[in-house]
Order: sequence, then C-alpha cells, then structure tokens
Amino acid sequence: MFANLLTNYEEAAAIILFGIGFTTLLLQRNMIKKIIGFSMMDSAIYLFLAAKGYIEGRGAPIVVNGVQSVEAYINPIPSGLVLTGIVVSVSVSALMLALTVRLYRRYHSLDIDEIATMVRKEEP
Amino acid sequence: MELWQNIPFFSILLSLASASFTSIMPARAARRTAIVVTSAVLCMSAALIGFTTAYGGSYTFMMGHFPAPWGNEIRAGVLEAVTAFAFSLIMLISLLGGLTKIEEHVEEGKQNLYFIMCELLLTALLAQVYTNDLFTAYVFVEIMTIAACSLITSRIKGRTLFAATRYMIMNLLGSGLFLLGLTLLYDLTGHLLMEDIREQVRMLAQTGLYHQPLTVVIALMCIGLAIKSALFPFHTWLPDAYGYSTPASSAMLSSLVSKGYIFLLIKIIYRVIGLDVIRDSGIDNVLLIFALVGIVMGSVSAIRERDIRRMVSYSSVAQIGYIFMGIGLGTEAGLVAALFHIIAHAAAKSMLFLSTSGLCEVSGERRLFRDLRGSAYRNPIAGIAFVVGAFSMVGIPFMGGFMSKLCFASAAMETGGARMLLVLLVLAISTALNTLYFLRTVITIYRPTIREYPEAASFRPHASFVVAMVAAIAVNVALGVCSQPVLNAIAAGLTCFG
Repeated sequence: MFANLLTNYEEAAAIILFGIGFTTLLLQRNMIKKIIGFSMMDSAIYLFLAAKGYIEGRGAPIVVNGVQSVEAYINPIPSGLVLTGIVVSVSVSALMLALTVRLYRRYHSLDIDEIATMVRKEEP
Repeated sequence: MELWQNIPFFSILLSLASASFTSIMPARAARRTAIVVTSAVLCMSAALIGFTTAYGGSYTFMMGHFPAPWGNEIRAGVLEAVTAFAFSLIMLISLLGGLTKIEEHVEEGKQNLYFIMCELLLTALLAQVYTNDLFTAYVFVEIMTIAACSLITSRIKGRTLFAATRYMIMNLLGSGLFLLGLTLLYDLTGHLLMEDIREQVRMLAQTGLYHQPLTVVIALMCIGLAIKSALFPFHTWLPDAYGYSTPASSAMLSSLVSKGYIFLLIKIIYRVIGLDVIRDSGIDNVLLIFALVGIVMGSVSAIRERDIRRMVSYSSVAQIGYIFMGIGLGTEAGLVAALFHIIAHAAAKSMLFLSTSGLCEVSGERRLFRDLRGSAYRNPIAGIAFVVGAFSMVGIPFMGGFMSKLCFASAAMETGGARMLLVLLVLAISTALNTLYFLRTVITIYRPTIREYPEAASFRPHASFVVAMVAAIAVNVALGVCSQPVLNAIAAGLTCFG
C-alpha cells in the first residue's frame, strides 16, 4: 500500500492537492481564497496528467535533430490536455475574479456569508 | 461521405462563428443574428433527423486530419439529431418570448453581449450532443458554464450577482470532479474517444482488473455532472439563479443548460462506461435514491414558496429528480423515459418561466401569489400558457409530462422488486404534491380581484411574446398527443447509440 504511494508519489501528491483545493473552494468564506482553492484544484489535475504522461529518460515531444523514433519522446497527449485545461481554468478564474470585483464594489466585503445576509436584507 | 453528414459540424461552426461576429454588431443586428442562427440550426437539425432516419444508424465524422485513435470526432445519429432539434427549438422559443424583457433588463449598449452568450450556449450544447471525444466534452461543459453565468448576471442586481457567484462555485466543484474522473479514466484506458474507452472498459470489467479505480471514475463523473445539473442535495444554487435573472435566461438555464449536462451524463453512462458496468458498480442505486429524495423535497420546497418564480424554480429540482430517476433505474426503458422527459420538461419549464414573467408584468412586477390574483385575465395568453405548462408538469393526459410519467412507471414495472415499489410510490406522492402547488397557482391567477392594476389597462403583449407562447403551447400539446414517434425515435437512436 505505502510502497505504491511512494512509487507513485507524484500522483499521490496531486490527489492530496486536489483535496486541499476542493475543500478550500467549498468551505472557505473568503472569495479570493476560494479562487486560490480552485486554481490549486485544477493545477493538481494538471500535475496528475503531466506525471502520467511522463516516461523516464525521454524528452519533450518536439522533434529535434530529425529524431523521429517513438522511443525518444514522452506521450504528447497529456501535455496537450494540460495546455487546453490551463486555457479553460484561466478563463474561469478571470470570470470568478470579475464577479468578486463586482460583489466587492457593491457590498464592500469578500466574505460570501456576509454578502449573503446583505443581499437578503437589500432585496427580501 | 454525403453532404448531409456535415450538418452537425456546420451547425456547431455556424453558432460559434456567429458568436464571434456578434461582438462587433449593434444590439438590433445581434438580436436578428441570434434568432436567424438558432432558426438555421433548427432547420438543419430537422433535416438531420430525416437523413439519419433514412440512413438507419449513426456515423462518425473525422475532425481535422488525424484518424480515429488520435484525432477528434463528431458522431451523429437519430438521438443526437432529435436532441439538437429540441434544444434549438426551445432556445428559439425562449429567445423570442424573453425579447422585450432582455431589452428592459440588460444594460443599454451591452445587449449584443447577451446574444453572444446565447450563441455560445447553443454552440456548447450542440458540441456536447455531437462530440465523440470526452475531453472536448469537458471543454464545452466549461464554455457552457461560463455562458450560463453571464446569462445570470446579464440583469445586474445584488441578487443575480450573488446567485451567479454561488452558481459558479458549485459548478466549478462539479467540473473539478468531472475532470478528475476523466483524467483517471484516460489513465485506465489510454483513450479519449468514446468507442475506444468503451472497448477498454469492457475488457477491464471482464478481467476484473482495476475494479476500484473504475468505480471511483464512475462515481466522480456522475457526481460531478449531478452537481452541475442541480440534483438534490446539490440544488442550493438553483432557486436564486433561476429566480432573479431575466426570463429568457431562466428559461434557457432551466431547460437547456442543466439538460445538456444530463445528456452528456447519459452519453457517458451508455456509450463510455456501459449500462452493465454501471449496474455492477451500484452507482445507479445511489443516483436513484438521491433522485427519489429530490423529487419529494423539491416539491415540498415549492409548496412552501410564496414567490411564483422561485416556486417554478424549485419545481425544476423535482423534475431533475425525475430524469435522474430514469437514469437510476439502470435499464434502457429508464433511459428512454429520462431522455423523453428531458425534452418534455424543457418544453414545459421554458414556457412556465416565460408565462410567469408575463403574469408578473401585468401585476406591477410583483411576484408574490397575493399580488398575482386575476393576472391571467390581464394577460390571457400568458395565463393559458401557464395552465398548459402546469398541466404538463402535473401529468394531465394529452400533455408531454403525462407521457413521461407513464414511461417512468412502465420502466419501473420492468425492473420489479423494491425499486418498482419505491419509484411508483414516489411518482404517486409527487403527482399529488405537484397538483397541490401548481393548481393552487392556476386558481390564484384566475381568481377575480377588485384591486386596480393601472399598468394592466393599456397592456398589450408584444407580438414576439405571443408567437413564442403559441409555439410553446403547440410543442407541449404535440409532445403529449404524438409522443409515440418521438419515443420511437429516441428508442431507435439509443439502440445505435452504444
């Protein structure tokens, strides 16, 4: 059990990071911390993907010096997925930050529970 | 390859391209573009239904220049065509019905942005319906989340901002879980295309290898998409998000956004993992229990509500429960019932949200029941539409909702045992509860009042609203009266789906 965790330590770390990010996004009351949690959660998945795509002793999947052998390169698909995923999570973070700015301008608070009470008071 | 096989690709490309061009258009042109594009997609999907029925099966369409195991694919059959047709039809009705309200609620000078989001939503829906690649599905899930969030905040109020924030938080949790499940599944099988994953999963199930990771994958994907489509107990974001945004947004969110995720989930269950593997993992039982509790709790919350928009929103929670109940039955008949209910509920709920806005408009924009008395006399077309929608939700014969309840019941009869008893019991209870709150509302809006409503005296419903309501009523009645062809198409589509 523990031996497996040690050999796959990158994946294990990624899942732990995912858990930390997930609980931060779910339970933190501060919006900025929530967004940090979201970034951690997504980055953890990218770490997992990158770790899975890596093959010991091989190079990045970019053809250099005309070497075309499959043996020379790591699996390029996980790297491609990570790039796509980063684009998605950047745009979502931007949207979340924009929402936070809007909320802060209106209620002068970053605390989601405090905002909830103010919203209900403002428009019952 | 025939020319018609390009239709799915064309419809995705058309809506995506028009979304980019709309950004430089003035509001009026943007509005026209959105309506024309949605109608064009509607016509193309209708043509695709005809072609795929004649073709008698499904086909895959290679995207780019890389063949199957590496490249990206689109896949279309009767089921996809019917779903795309229903989604674009309901999108068109929602847009038309909410047009005057969009002008009123969305800030001057930013109205073209609203239509961009509608077109992006349509793109994401179509892509989720047609795609054959799981990661593409994930990307479009996120695009749909972003578009839906913008649709909620398009009417700037404290309530909508807060609702959108909560919506985003819950949705990001859901998509995080879905992405993790997807990553693990890619690790287990080494593929992203659905057929290839299916083959590998079948092999894994036969050999018993990686049994636990596979169960985790199924659980992660089901829970992720269940959070995003507001299955009880993950529905807390729903009433605010649906209840305060502009009516067109509420109609689209309730009838299209959550349904898109459920369609994707059905696709994953049926095409990627396989029904037998799902049944072995026991996840279908979990979904069934959540669904049954959700049906009852959603209806109870709706009964306690005094605000008509929020009541209709809570009724969505119950209806999402119905759809997940069909999935949770774990049989093909259950899936057919769930797919039919996706369409029936989408048609009824979008109409309910639009007609509710029409009723509130003639009551001084007040939304509590006591202010809505007699509103059906002040806005007759909205009153009739609300009654038809309510009847469909309750399950009166000759309405879409009746057929789907019948399908759920007969699907439950097939499974037998404790499941059958539970499902039938909950169906009976929820019908009674639905009747309670919907008929109460119908009686309220038709009860004469002595109160004066000055704004109602000169009220004339806008032509687009009337057209949308008449079309929506026609769709709902058609779904009830001629449900058999739709059901046959869904069943035939499901056979060539796997």
